[in-house]
Parts: sequence; structure tokens; C-alpha cells
Amino acid sequence: MPPLWLVLIVLALGVVGYVLGRQKAMTSADGDSRHLHSLPVYYGTNVSLFVVLPALLVMVCWLIVQPILINNSVAGQIPASAIPDSGTLGLVMSDVRRVADGLDLAVSQGAMTGAEAGALQAGATDVRQLLADVGVALGSDVTETTLSAAQSFRSKSATGNLVMTVVVLALAVAGFVYSYGRTNKDFRARNVVEKVIRGILILAASIAILTTVGIVLSLVFNTIEFFKLYPAADFFFGTTWSPSFGGGSELGVLPLLWGTLYISVIALAVAVPIGLFAAIYLSEYAGPKARGIAKPLIEVLAGIPTIVYGLFALLTVGPLLVNTFGDGGALGVDWMSGASSVTTAGLVMGIMLIPFVSSLSDDIINAVPQAMRDGSFGLGATKSETVKQVVLPAALPGIVGAILLAASRAIGETMIVVLGAGAAARLSMNPLEAMTTVTAKIVSQLTGDADFASPEALVAFALGMTLFVMTLGLNVLALYIVRKYREQYE
Amino acid sequence: MYDNPNLERKVAQQDTKISARNVQVFYGDTHAIKDVNIEIPSRTVTAFIGPSGCGKSTFLRCLNRMNDTIDICRVEGDIDLDGENIYDKRVDPVQLRAKVGMVFQKPNPFPKSIYDNIAYGPRIHGLAKNKADLDEIVEKALRRGAIWNEVKDRLHAPGTGLSGGQQQRLCIARAVATEPEVLLMDEPCSALDPIATSQVEELIDELRDQYSVVIVTHSMQQAARVSQKTAFFHLGNLVEYGDTGQIFTNPQDSRTESYITGRIG
Repeated sequence: MPPLWLVLIVLALGVVGYVLGRQKAMTSADGDSRHLHSLPVYYGTNVSLFVVLPALLVMVCWLIVQPILINNSVAGQIPASAIPDSGTLGLVMSDVRRVADGLDLAVSQGAMTGAEAGALQAGATDVRQLLADVGVALGSDVTETTLSAAQSFRSKSATGNLVMTVVVLALAVAGFVYSYGRTNKDFRARNVVEKVIRGILILAASIAILTTVGIVLSLVFNTIEFFKLYPAADFFFGTTWSPSFGGGSELGVLPLLWGTLYISVIALAVAVPIGLFAAIYLSEYAGPKARGIAKPLIEVLAGIPTIVYGLFALLTVGPLLVNTFGDGGALGVDWMSGASSVTTAGLVMGIMLIPFVSSLSDDIINAVPQAMRDGSFGLGATKSETVKQVVLPAALPGIVGAILLAASRAIGETMIVVLGAGAAARLSMNPLEAMTTVTAKIVSQLTGDADFASPEALVAFALGMTLFVMTLGLNVLALYIVRKYREQYE
Repeated sequence: MYDNPNLERKVAQQDTKISARNVQVFYGDTHAIKDVNIEIPSRTVTAFIGPSGCGKSTFLRCLNRMNDTIDICRVEGDIDLDGENIYDKRVDPVQLRAKVGMVFQKPNPFPKSIYDNIAYGPRIHGLAKNKADLDEIVEKALRRGAIWNEVKDRLHAPGTGLSGGQQQRLCIARAVATEPEVLLMDEPCSALDPIATSQVEELIDELRDQYSVVIVTHSMQQAARVSQKTAFFHLGNLVEYGDTGQIFTNPQDSRTESYITGRIG
């Protein structure tokens, strides 16, 4: 039975369970819901939760585990001699799955019966032609080993699916019997439902955490793989970045890190003063009308996709800078040759970060109690004195947190850099020169036909790990600062 | 008419510090203060009493133009400080507030050290020539606030780490440090326990020989204990104003009598 049907049947059982559970509870209370421990809706929900949840959970796990198990057992059947020298077991297995899928398709289209598919002989029938007729193209003729493996794959999947259907339906029914049996007017259905809901919430939270762990693990293994092929010292302390897929590449991270930090510093130098001053204006000086208009307008900046900022850098800011600092420009100097430069990307990234800084700082400044301001005004301080000496110090930890968050955004930013800063990895102090960042290089190392066994592709994971550690460090620092100084005012 | 020579002498001593004429306050469309006339003498503690929402805090905040910080608030009429109208266009509210200090209901020390809390006002107004001068001002203010002995060993500890009563005395010391002429106190003891309250009350009594103190309070016992003059507000009107003893023993208005005997409010 296809999984979708199974899900629908289980859900239908759940609905039936709801109705029956509610009914039984009402009957046991002689039709008067005041005699029940919980509201009738809880009795229904309780039964349907017990029907649906265990069955669907088991089904999801089964669907994940079954292919892995079958894959392994079929792979064990393939003799080492059947694997061609140039290929690997994985390639043969993908052939096997393809043939198996093709046979499934042939059966479902009526080209043959299930029994015929199981009895096919590679020598007797042209399997390749047969599958091509139903729309599955194979790269080569099907060998006897592949075909028999595919047949075994099919029969095992079919058995597995059948067992799964039975188990899932049995669980649904068992859940119904158990919870329906418990239902009577004194049963505390409300508390049980509460516990189940708590479980669902915990599950959601742990999925988010586990995903993070999964992402880190996938980075870690590939990074370790990379360091097996390329010395770590050369990676961390190398000052040249010149990957070449032919071999003999130099993969020093320093030029990339330098580019990342340089661009981020320029971006923050733009975003922090502007964002902070905007936040101070909005929270301390602006009237409710001005604030109501200006705040959403500033936050619109946060909604612009970064690729659009990239275009802005490429088409507007870059040429503008060249017209100013370039040959024959407004200043009459020749400092800048191309539109791509650290300054271009930094300026545009700074603009992108303004709403982060201003919006977070605005919230934090607003959270400073009015009593602080009153106290300062009451002593004869002006508005700017109050802001400078009372409000900002009180809000400082939060503002530092906001700035660090903006910094980790800047470090992780990619599109603006790709379009605005150029692709040349170099160590230079000149802000008008093209440079590149870690993120941009990750993109360029992994796009195109990369061989995932080569250090030139695997270096992307090491770069990703480096970035991850940097931004994680910044976030931890931000959290630490915010926590440490949070209770400065009451 | 028979002149009481005793009374004559008292009035001559006590020249008027603040005088308000026909003061009206509006919050948006709400008429919060209606036609208040009052003369507050110098070197006296004047208490404003009345039920919640009667406008006594609002009127207090008019006296140093703290209501300017509220957008929808509008003040009409004249309030004179030493004969000069504080609502005149030429008056800088910031400078006015340095002369008319304020202590709030909830202690609100800044998130700074005790020393910096006190030094805040003097620094803003440039009252100290040098560091030694500032140290002296801070010590004097803390002594005046009756808190010096408790904090002299930890002047650089955060002011927020003090107990509630200490914080309130710190705030009074902070207000005193700018050398104001009038000190406004908006229910200064409502967040304090009885012991801290009595300390603050003693302090108010001591402050009387240098400043005019105006105190808003919900506690009639407190008004009777610390003040020489009492004003009773009701529904935005100044119902009765006179010597504290007379208000509490022989009120002229029936509403005052009902309030102080606990029948309304």
C-alpha cells in the first residue's frame, strides 16, 4: 500500500477515534458534560492522538530505516568480481536501484505482471530494451548479477512495505483499543493531552537542535577528510590562495580571512554609527508619527534580498567610487582601477546592516526604564546629555550584542561580496583594491564539476568550518556580554 | 480688624517661593487640573494630599516643567518662581530643573557607581572646578542625604546594589547635589518600608532649613508628621490649603474633613 494511503487511513481512524472517544465519555457521564473530569473535546482528542501519533511515528522511522537495511543486504549479495575496476560498489548499487525502479514502473504500466518481473532472466530477455519501452533508459546492458540483485531488491522492498502496513495499522488499532478502553467519566483526559502536547513541543525543539548538530557533523567529517589531504599548517598559515584542480594548489586561508575581516570592518564602520544614531533618533527624539513612518521604512532595508544589494554594489556604488577615485575621476587621482573593491562591498554591506543595528538597538533603548530618563531630566540634564550619560550606558550591553550579531551577519554575507568585491584573493591594505572573502570562495570551490575527493573541493568544508567557528564565537561572546550586564537596571 | 502679631511675624519670615495662579492642565481632552491658585513659602515643607488621580502629582510636575516631556500635556496659567514666570518663553526648562530638583516615587538610581550618581548633576552643570572640589560636593550631598556613613567605603560600587531605602536617600542626595532651591518629592516613601520611611522623613525635616520642599503623599500621617503647610486636592481642584495643623484639626471644607477622616478617597 502506498504510504500516502496508509497515512490517510490512519488519519481517518484518528477521526473515528475522536468521535467514538467523545461519545463514550459522554455516555459514561449520562450525557451531562458537567460530570466529566475534562471537557468532552479532550476525551476525543486523547483517543485520536493515541491512534495517530504512534502509528505515524513508527511509519516515518520505518520509511527512513528500511531502504538503508535493504540496500546493505542487497549490496552484500553482489560478488566483488561483479564490480568493474573503474567503478565502485555505489555505482553498481545505483544501477541495481534503477533496474528495480524500472521493473516497478513496467509492472505498474502493465507491460508485464509482477510474477513475470520476478522470473526475468538477463540472458533470455533484453531487459534494457524492455525498460527503455516504459521510459527508463539504462547506460549499459543489464548483467545477470544486476538483474538478480534488482529482483531481490524488489521482493525485499515489497515484503518490507507489507510488514510496515500491517505494523502501522496494528499500532493504530492498538492505540485506539488502549485509549478507548481507558475512557470513562473519571479519566483525566485533559492531563494526558497536556502531556502529549508537551512531548510534541519538546520534539520540535529537539529537531531544531539536532539539525544544528547534523550540520556541524557534516562539516567536521569533510574537514577531517580535507586535512588528511592537505596539511593544516599550510591551510591556516598559508598566505597564498591559488587553487587549481590539476593539482599543486596552494590553499592558504589568510588572504580570505583578511578579505572577510576587512570588508566586515568597513561594513560595521558604516552600519554602527548610522544604525545607532537612527535608533537614538527613533526612540528618544521622534514623535509617534515620525516613528510610525520611519521605523517601517528603515526595516524595509532588511527585507531586500542580498543579491539586490549586490546589484546595487555592482552597478551603482562601484562605478561611483571609480568616478571619484579612479583615473580621470573627480579627485584627479588614480587609486582605483576596477569597480570591484573592498570599499564597494563594505559600503553596501554596511547599508544592509543598518536595519539590524537600528532595529535591535531601538528595542533595547526603549527597554531602558522611563524612570532613568525622568531622573536625569529632573536634575536639569538636556536630552542629549541624558542619552549619552544615562540611556546609552544602560543600554550598552544590548547594543554590543546587536553589533556583534550584525558582525556575524557581515562575516557570513556572500552575494554582495561576489558582486561587489571581486574574486581575487590577496593580502593588501588598500581598501580600493579587489579582494574576496571566505564565503565567496566556498561558492566558487563547490560550483561546477567538482570532484569531491580532491582537496580543492574539500577545502570548502574547511572554510565553512572556519566561518562557523568564527560566527559561533561572536554569537557566544554577544550572548555572554548581554547576560553579564543585563541586570544593570531594575 | 485685629492683627495677630504672631502671625504677622511668621509671614514676614516666610517669603513666597512659588506662586501659581489659575493653573489649568490638560492631558489631551482630559482637564486634569482646574484653576489652581497656591502660594508655596520658602524653607517650608508643603504637603499635597488627596485621593489617587486627583492631580496632585500632575501639579507637582508642573512646578519644574517635567510635564514638558509628555507630548499630550498642556499647561495654562502662570507659575512664578521667585516672581519669574517659569512658563515664559525665555525660560530654559533644563535650567529650571536644576533649580527645582525632583525625587521620584520609585528610587531610580542610574546604573552607575554611587559616586557617579551624585556627581551626575554637578558635572552637567559644571559646579566643580576640579576633582577635589567634586569629591567635596559628593561627600556634602551624601551627608545631607543621611547616607554618607553607609556608603563612604564603597563609593564606587553600583548605586543599584543598595537597598530600597538607601537608593531613595541616594536619589535625594543626588537631587541635593545640584544645589536646587526647591525640592519636589513625588510620593518618595511609597516604595519603602517603615524604617526607611522614617529615615527619609527625618531627612526631609532636616532639608527644610535650606530648601522649600514640596511633597506629594498618600499617607496623611506622613503629611501631618513632616509638613508645615498642607494642600488638599480633589478631582483636579485645590480644595483647601493652609497650615498643616489647621487642615488636620479644623478643616474648613466638608470634602477635606471627609478625606482626612477616611470617608472618601
